Amino acid sequence: MQLRTLTPQKIYILIGYAVAATALFCAPMVLSDFRLNLLAKFLAFAIVALGLDLIWGYTGILSLGHGVFFGLGAYAMGMYLKLEASGGRLPDFMDWSGLSALPWFWKPFESFPFAIAMGILIPALLALILGFFTFRNRIRGVYFTILTQALVIITVTLFIGQQKFTGGTNGLTGFTTVLGHSIGSPDTKRMLYWVTAIVLIAAFVLCRFLVKSRFGKVLRAIRDGENRARFIGYNPAVYQMIAFAISAGLAGVAGMLFVLHVGIISPSTMAIVPSIEMVLWVAIGGRGTLIGAALGAVLLNYAKSAFSESYPDAWLFFLGALFVIVVVFLPKGAVGLFRKWKLPKRRRTEHEQQVGHSTV
Amino acid sequence: MKRKIVKNLAFLTVALSVVLAGCGANNTTSGDPAPAPSNTGTNTTTGSGGATDGDEIKVGILHSLSGTMAISEVSVKDAEMMAIEEINANGGVLGKQLVPVVEDGASDWPTFAEKARKLISEDQVATVFGGWTSSSRKAMLPVFEELNGLLWYPVQYEGLESSPNIFYTGATTNQQIVPAVSWLLENRGTKFFLLGSDYVFPQTANKIIKEQLNAEGGELVGEEYTPLGHTDYSTLIAKIQQAKPEVIFNTLNGDSNVAFFKQLKDAGISADDITVLSVSVAEEEIRGIGVDVLEGHLAAWNYYQTTDTPENKTFVENYKAAYGDDRVTADPIEAGYDAVYLWAAAVEKAGTTDVDAVKEAAKGLEWDAPGGKITIDGDNQHIYKTVRIGEVQSDGQFQELWNSGEPVKPDPYLETYEWASSLSSSK
Repeated sequence: MQLRTLTPQKIYILIGYAVAATALFCAPMVLSDFRLNLLAKFLAFAIVALGLDLIWGYTGILSLGHGVFFGLGAYAMGMYLKLEASGGRLPDFMDWSGLSALPWFWKPFESFPFAIAMGILIPALLALILGFFTFRNRIRGVYFTILTQALVIITVTLFIGQQKFTGGTNGLTGFTTVLGHSIGSPDTKRMLYWVTAIVLIAAFVLCRFLVKSRFGKVLRAIRDGENRARFIGYNPAVYQMIAFAISAGLAGVAGMLFVLHVGIISPSTMAIVPSIEMVLWVAIGGRGTLIGAALGAVLLNYAKSAFSESYPDAWLFFLGALFVIVVVFLPKGAVGLFRKWKLPKRRRTEHEQQVGHSTV
Repeated sequence: MKRKIVKNLAFLTVALSVVLAGCGANNTTSGDPAPAPSNTGTNTTTGSGGATDGDEIKVGILHSLSGTMAISEVSVKDAEMMAIEEINANGGVLGKQLVPVVEDGASDWPTFAEKARKLISEDQVATVFGGWTSSSRKAMLPVFEELNGLLWYPVQYEGLESSPNIFYTGATTNQQIVPAVSWLLENRGTKFFLLGSDYVFPQTANKIIKEQLNAEGGELVGEEYTPLGHTDYSTLIAKIQQAKPEVIFNTLNGDSNVAFFKQLKDAGISADDITVLSVSVAEEEIRGIGVDVLEGHLAAWNYYQTTDTPENKTFVENYKAAYGDDRVTADPIEAGYDAVYLWAAAVEKAGTTDVDAVKEAAKGLEWDAPGGKITIDGDNQHIYKTVRIGEVQSDGQFQELWNSGEPVKPDPYLETYEWASSLSSSK
């Protein structure tokens, strides 16, 4: 953002950011422990949404497989927590499944920094490898999307099947401490909330930096005309791979935070439905705008929780109705509505035109 | 112009739904101590701050009301609601009415954890009745232990667990699987084929069965697992035909049972050729699978709709009167119903809803359940239950072939069985 073009619109946006940041930092004072814990989970989801927006909204690649990257990050953290909870003994599910010693690939997860590094690197590397074989061969659009779905099915089947290494359908749960602090105590939870809020802001700033940079411009060029970008002299595959890997890494970070807040990770969390839900957050919040994606994740999850608490028998109808309304009447998502509302006189911005052109 | 109206309408709807959601949320978080009776559907959450404020006690009910498990869990929820209504009609507990707070676990394990936390810390319920799958119980367990809540879990399970914050009103392995295997060895043959869905319950159960077969002179001729929801059993049935077992011990869950039993019958294998004993097929599942393919096969449970006790007669009548003549009762439904009464009795005895006092009071508590007399074992918070083996009849009900005579002491870690010593190391 350049200060020399500080138009009234930008001032509004700046005020919006300030309000959002203040709200994030004031939340622990207003909310009960339980609500704060929920909000922290939603903020973790917002981080996935940011990453997803980076590749869908800005690069035009729809991934229905982000649940896997999210899950891999979550499992990395879950493995560390499980080992800490087991206190040197074999984790309970391994005992039931007939293992007598800790598998070699579990051992390094006793180290917290290693778990964090793996929680980011494994998803990013997997994305890089998948990207290497698809983008380089110019597989894109719906074909790429189907491949990501296949990735989900493969991973979920693998995790369920390898019960002795992964905990099967139960997943990993029964955590007690993180870095020696009781994971359930209100103080730790508050601390984890702060960490999540800070990571979210950092992720937002990172994504914003990427989007505004030359790299981001190339991404948009690829989205709007991949061949044109290629003929100008850029190699779209490299950019797509990097964007996809960053996006997957962010999902991994979100997964690690998710496990810390929720205390369980199971294959159902990385299955097809959650993966599609993640895309919905972005679509409904506003694809191609970072704030829209993040807001979409928080608001939709809030709606889901609130509806299901108030109307446990019928909440799915309300949620479904909300989806239909937004998709039918607000094709640009909730953020699109705000733009229409606030600046009805202005002509479509350059940005919105790009969103309009983007392909699925 | 028209466009604008549509846009405004859309905004209005979204705003309305957010307000709607907000109202609901406020309703459960406000600390208004007035006993305001706000009955909206089944979720009769009121604004009372604590579990025992005023003239009512809040209790949580947490089952999957949507998703794949809803078909099983809604019936348990119905039975628990019925028990609560009956108790309320008889003057409630400690002179106070029970107010159920219903939440939807949505067949999703993290959701179970989230809702359990909400029930305990936001609604401050005195206890929670809920769960079906082991995965959902494992997800809720840390929450209940952390917040010192109380969970009543109504379904038979794989044992090897004993949380101080959970009462297990379903059977553990020595009240279902172990006696069933012994009975089969005596009455139906020694060559066993183990078939199960690929998750923790069948795998743990089969691990126990294998040890038991070793110790009691049985022979294992095959062991196969299929993914949950698997429906093609032709290859597997070919394997079964080759292995020539006398007994198939079936721990398949859900839809797979429909496919398996149909294809088994299509392959010309009837109950006379090979006995199939299932541990996850009850009256309700028979309706889904079809009596024609199940007739003559066996199941092991602690309760059948046909169990002959005066309590059961009333229970079945009331259940049908409340939810319709076509509904059936089954083991987990009865266990859910029992749980509410056991908790209520423990609270009456303790004189308070305080979790530690209720746990203490529950030790040794007896109750005449529809399935016969049950007693809470204070050591592991499981229930003494009578084991029953039943055969599927043409009307979709079970005929009891054998029962254990008296309630069997629960032994989740199988410590009293010598052959199981390698299994109980995890305690």
